Amino acid sequence: MTMLSIRNLHAEAAGKPILRGLDLEIGAGEVHAIMGPNGSGKSTLASVLAGRDGYKVTAGEVLYQGKDLLSLAPELRAREGVFLGFQHPVEIPGVANTYFLRAAVNAIRKHRGEEELDPMDFLALVKRKAKALGLSPDLLGRPVNQGFSGGEKKRNEILQMSVLEPRLAILDETDSGLDIDALREVAGAVQGLRDSARAIVVITHHQRLLDYLVPDRVHVLSGGTIVTSGDKGLAIELEKNGYAWAAALPQEGAA
Amino acid sequence: MAQTIDLQQLTQREYPYGFTTEIEADTAPRGLDENVIRLISAKKEEPEFLLEWRLRAYRHWLTLTEPRWPNVRYDPIDYQNIIYYSAPKAKGAGPKSLDEVDPALRGMFDKLGISLAEQERLSGVALDAVVDSVSVATSFKSKLGELGIIFCSFSEAAKDHPDLVRRYLGSVVPATDNFFAALNSAVFSDGSFCYIPKGVRCPMELSTYFRINAADTGQFERTLIIAEPGSYVSYLEGCTAPRRDNNQLHAAVVEIYAHDDAEVKYSTVQNWYPGDRNGKGGIYNFVTKRGKCAGKNSKISWTQVETGSAITWKYPSVMLIGDGSVGEFYSVAVTNHYQQADTGTKMIHVGKNTKSTIVSKGISAGHGQNTYRGLVRVTGGATGARNYSQCDSLLIGDDCGAHTVPYLDVRNTSSQVEHEASTSRISEDQLFYCRQRGLGTEDAVNLIVNGYCKEVFRHLPMEFAVEAQKLLGVSLEGSVG
Repeated sequence: MTMLSIRNLHAEAAGKPILRGLDLEIGAGEVHAIMGPNGSGKSTLASVLAGRDGYKVTAGEVLYQGKDLLSLAPELRAREGVFLGFQHPVEIPGVANTYFLRAAVNAIRKHRGEEELDPMDFLALVKRKAKALGLSPDLLGRPVNQGFSGGEKKRNEILQMSVLEPRLAILDETDSGLDIDALREVAGAVQGLRDSARAIVVITHHQRLLDYLVPDRVHVLSGGTIVTSGDKGLAIELEKNGYAWAAALPQEGAA
Repeated sequence: MAQTIDLQQLTQREYPYGFTTEIEADTAPRGLDENVIRLISAKKEEPEFLLEWRLRAYRHWLTLTEPRWPNVRYDPIDYQNIIYYSAPKAKGAGPKSLDEVDPALRGMFDKLGISLAEQERLSGVALDAVVDSVSVATSFKSKLGELGIIFCSFSEAAKDHPDLVRRYLGSVVPATDNFFAALNSAVFSDGSFCYIPKGVRCPMELSTYFRINAADTGQFERTLIIAEPGSYVSYLEGCTAPRRDNNQLHAAVVEIYAHDDAEVKYSTVQNWYPGDRNGKGGIYNFVTKRGKCAGKNSKISWTQVETGSAITWKYPSVMLIGDGSVGEFYSVAVTNHYQQADTGTKMIHVGKNTKSTIVSKGISAGHGQNTYRGLVRVTGGATGARNYSQCDSLLIGDDCGAHTVPYLDVRNTSSQVEHEASTSRISEDQLFYCRQRGLGTEDAVNLIVNGYCKEVFRHLPMEFAVEAQKLLGVSLEGSVG
């Protein structure tokens, strides 16, 4: 089943075109890596998919589970199962991490017509998930991302993903700012969340992450469009030859 | 007097919801003079000393002018166009049923989860018997009586406990204190009286909510709380339900007197009618609240959540006289639409090793204007005094304002005074983060604002805190997007 289908997507930020005719098909159960140099449009793609303000789609369409994604408000996308792992997770002073996460879970459950989780059941669930991710339990009671180290913030994003159980997860540079051990752990945690009903898009600069989280497909984004796609081998070649090499490859036809 | 607001006209125009203002025979003539004060005192069958006290206050009030220093704007008030005494409303004066109550008001009741019976009481629906609250109040009263705690209306106290009233009335806020306090002293209608005997720890929170007719104490309310040595009481004023009143001007006075080792915690949720979205109508809430830590190691703590009123003017203060006494002020003040608030505190350090803490959280949305005004004074004898102040402002939208006006007056070199202030906005990033996790915009604002206020809410009694959180959400509805 196709989870996400992006066709000829053009988007601009502050009047400046960034995505210029991007095509991408991602099936359920697949992990796709999107790589590319700074300024190629990777984070813009993540923002447009999640519905962040400040980006204007000028052409093209995005179908999520066969339905128009771009017409939905950000919270509706989230409730429908779209999760964005933030490159820079945001601090919310005074709001306990578990409280925030429970509010999110219950907003999604309510949308699905399911009963809300009571605080005790929820706490047990989160503790179990946090333990599986190697997150210290005291992070759960602290304000959202406040005073967290870079690694803790990223792990906290993956904790949220594991609790919210999205159908489509977009992880925007989840590996940035992580040391090698943290990287291995976070990648391993995401690997553990692979599921036949879930698609994962990993946006990254570095091939390193993909050693632990082996993608089904690798795409190279450059100048706002996908210039080449391949399997895990492409990431290794990129690491060897650099992005300039990829940008010079003959472009694949629009899928 | 062309600019003068005709209060009567204005209030009638603002209440198209079936709140009637029929004038009954038992009402003083419009305006204020000594005869009106004599009438009030006579109607309430007050002891002679109280009448004299009122008259002295009135004569002093005549020499005062209305303060213009607060950072609020309103048209001049015509004090001769107010009715200062009106007998308690007869049955049948209010709306006949909840169906006659403003649907917007009812919607707010529902959102705050207020029971139907309570909705009827609060919106003044005429009932033959106020079922729940009477029985609750009566059982409370007998339990308190066993401990020697007095908790009654001010009028009852004046009749039944004149010595206490005589000794403490005006001992914290003198009748001559300021324009509005003097006016209140001259004409106060009723209010609450609370006395905790020596060594008694009041086993329950005392709430005006449970005192019968608390909602009808009128526009010039007077509260007096006395804590004898070693006693403790937690006192709750107001409730989260919206309160409408036909009187636009409210000038209340609250006095707290704490003896050695006594502790008084005073929590307020103020949700008077704030006026409509365009700033029309709403209550002017000009309140003088002050506590005196007279005894050593006594403690007075004010916690307030101010979401209502068109204009709020209040500075709950503590005079730290006794050595080692402690004063605290925790405040959340919200101004949305065209609301204006000029609020803060005064901490006056007189005794040695006195301590005060100020945490103020202002939230401005819409065209709201929010001013924190606070004074920390350390007198020459207050050796070892310490103060910590934190004043934060949160802005929602571009048309609102936040102002911080701290006054420090330190005359003792051994004291330690710290002041921190911040102004922030709810960031787009925070909102987007919440929405990306599935929260709607209003829920997201609510969550962020409640997080911001957490330091204050944790000083409220548990149930009150939960209600205050909900109230904050309702007050800020429509402030974003």
